[in-house]
Amino acid sequence: MAEGRVVGIDLGTTNSLVAYMQGDTPVVIPGVDGSNLVPSVVALDPMPANGGRPTITVGNSARRALIETPERVIYSVKRLMGRSLEEVRSELKFFPFRLANDAEAGEVPRVQLGELRFTPPEISAYVLRQLKRNAERFFGAPVTQAVITVPAYFNDAQRQATKDAGRMAGLEVLRLVNEPTAAALAYGLDRAKEGTIAVYDLGGGTFDISILKLRDGIFEVQSTNGDTHLGGDDIDNLLLAIALDEIHAEHGVDLRAHPSAVQGLRKAAIDAKIQLSTEPAAHFDIELPNGDRYQREIPREVFEQLIEPVLQRTAAPCKQALADAGIAPGQIDEVVMVGGSTRIPAVLQLVDELFHLSARGKKPHTELNPDEVVALGAAVQADILAGASKTTEEMLLLDVTPLSLGIEALGGTVARIIQRNSTIPASATEHFTTGVDGQTNVAIHVVQGERELAADCRSLARFDLKGIPPMSAGLPRIEVRFLIDADGILQVSAREQRSGKEAQIEVKPTYGLTDEQVESMILESFDHAEEDFAKRLLIEARNEADTILAAVDRAPQNPAWQQLTSDEKTAIGLASDYLKKARRTEDAPAIREATLILDHATRRFAELMMESAVTTAIRGKTMDAAGEELGDEVTAPHPMAPAEFK
Amino acid sequence: MLKVIDSAVPVACWSCSVAHNDATLFCPHCSKIQPPPGSDFFSVFGLAPRLNLDLPELEHEFHRLSRKLHPDRFARAGENEKQWSLADTALLNDAYRTLKDPIHRTEYLLKLHGAEIGEEHSGKDRKDPSRVPADLLEEVFELNMQLEEMRMERATGEPDPELQASLEQAKRKFDGLLDEVDQDLRAQWQAWDEGDIAVRQAAQKTMVALLDRRRYLSNLVRDVTETLGV
Repeated sequence: MAEGRVVGIDLGTTNSLVAYMQGDTPVVIPGVDGSNLVPSVVALDPMPANGGRPTITVGNSARRALIETPERVIYSVKRLMGRSLEEVRSELKFFPFRLANDAEAGEVPRVQLGELRFTPPEISAYVLRQLKRNAERFFGAPVTQAVITVPAYFNDAQRQATKDAGRMAGLEVLRLVNEPTAAALAYGLDRAKEGTIAVYDLGGGTFDISILKLRDGIFEVQSTNGDTHLGGDDIDNLLLAIALDEIHAEHGVDLRAHPSAVQGLRKAAIDAKIQLSTEPAAHFDIELPNGDRYQREIPREVFEQLIEPVLQRTAAPCKQALADAGIAPGQIDEVVMVGGSTRIPAVLQLVDELFHLSARGKKPHTELNPDEVVALGAAVQADILAGASKTTEEMLLLDVTPLSLGIEALGGTVARIIQRNSTIPASATEHFTTGVDGQTNVAIHVVQGERELAADCRSLARFDLKGIPPMSAGLPRIEVRFLIDADGILQVSAREQRSGKEAQIEVKPTYGLTDEQVESMILESFDHAEEDFAKRLLIEARNEADTILAAVDRAPQNPAWQQLTSDEKTAIGLASDYLKKARRTEDAPAIREATLILDHATRRFAELMMESAVTTAIRGKTMDAAGEELGDEVTAPHPMAPAEFK
Repeated sequence: MLKVIDSAVPVACWSCSVAHNDATLFCPHCSKIQPPPGSDFFSVFGLAPRLNLDLPELEHEFHRLSRKLHPDRFARAGENEKQWSLADTALLNDAYRTLKDPIHRTEYLLKLHGAEIGEEHSGKDRKDPSRVPADLLEEVFELNMQLEEMRMERATGEPDPELQASLEQAKRKFDGLLDEVDQDLRAQWQAWDEGDIAVRQAAQKTMVALLDRRRYLSNLVRDVTETLGV
């Protein structure tokens, strides 16, 4: 049976990537714009006049729409994956998500995007579809199977939601891999065969720490810990809060009342943060609505004092992971750094202290790009699963479940049945009986977490064991088998032992989509059989061409156009004519090449446009009305950060 | 309850139809993966039920079997083989987790031989004086008073350093007692592994008592550690 490639996907909070194994090296597949990172931003284009469904754009173009039509754009949707309405409500304080107003408790919450509503897995599916298309364009062949990474500390519902998103995007998710473990795989390819390594993964919105033992190509995770609400966002928020307070105190302007201005200021804060990783100081210089300028120098020393409490929050999970693995800091042979936030020198310093590195003449590993290493590792795991490569045939990843699995017992306490850090797949068998004569149903409540009371843990599912033959109380003996699979997702089966009857069980996830719901959300049939593939590539190439041609047509109306030199304008005109000619052919690669040329020609224009939009936002001249939609208390991370660090 | 199955029961391989015994993970004839056997954790590793195990060897065998059984090796296999790989690997992992830990291993083996091992004591049971080992009655009584006092002081302000020191000393003492129990348990391992039936039964009885004592002590140590907040 001819089988296509398996790709590795890092579905990130801020950026997403797709990678594959090229021979014995994992490489990231660039998008049509040449960039390795696809911002995890999804935008809904304006409603077409003919009443059809509006087009969805993903990535950098969606990011541009964030300034123009913020109410039709969503980002950081990973924070909503697998979460209940109640949990999502608490996120709203920090993020400008707009929930559909007809949401009901127990339902998967939906976000409002323009006129339409989407569940978080659907939004993620659009990002995945973009990555899938990038890979297909790159290979010139369909891609239908993938490995997707998730934070190690993701619970069952968050994992299931990620898998659902894959299915909606037309991808068979062969495996969910934990992000820090994936990073270890990427490093492990060309590293010593034995040793104990720690992976410190501080991303945009989540923190993970994993301790692994490497031996003969086996990557055995010993323990993992983390915090799903800790990341670079928190640092941005600190800088932003200071700037907002100072602007208020010194200039009497409260920018908090102007959400779009806050978004602009956030971009400046992110730029400052990035600058402080390499420079001794960063500067804010921003024109305010009243014409004043807010100018501020932030020395690195001050920055480091400021972020110390945030960084210290990563220490406790590290210590817990070491304790759970029964390993002293001095026994860690290597530390691998993952996530953009690990570029901050103070983070390196903290990690050095936590694992006594320089004292032992060691340095943390930063050789691989921390933004790409997870995707590269996913590609390695994809290669392992494809099972056809010499490079990875000796490699095997043995991961663990990050959270204990328990059953609610009498009095609301939790009876643990699978401990955290158990190697997965893992199983437990429990026996249940009836409390009343003739009882034919037994209800079981499964939870995930480390707390003593079920109410404090994450409710995973409630099961009804049905069809128990009527017997005296206490006589039936129902065996229930709980199995956590290699993706970290729970499966349940049950049997009544006295009568030998299989008890029928109905698994009601506390939160989640049913199979039928997922089926109905599968993105429109863009995935036809292979014979349609060439046709599809052509349609996609033409769509891309149309998008950029339409943007170029509108360009002269934008004030940024005036800033271009006449040479630049001529180049855009020529490239645009060339693309129009190519678009009339049936040659998809030629159309794509012409699109790429036009994209290059207009790059400076796009940058100018972005800058002026940000300035406009801060000065609050035109964006107020649109900005209201972002919500009042906007302290969100903004994906406008440069896609790649210099 | 766990059962020791008769490893001589033959079953037919789903793939090649050659009969083999039920305890095997792979068909000896065609090497195909088999549905999870009803075997105990020791026989998963091809081991006789013993308490003294060669741990490096156990790890080596765990890795060897993982390479062959893991779902990663069956990502593109048929649905049945996928399911069996999942179930077999879960069995392997459960077995390794249990056997590599000396206490879990001892409890497991004794249960396999019909011993009743006390269930995990809930918070209430721990306070039940009848569960306190007789020789510790007085000390435990005093310790519980001190713990109560400590918790109250914590709730209202800074705890008394003297009380803190006294609790730390108690913790060291109980830690030491735990070590003693572990040594005593190990001493019984050999008796169980190598003795005749009578020796085994005596060892089993001693170990059940030691495990009860151990569970009591470790709960106590956990309480003290939590109260001390270290």
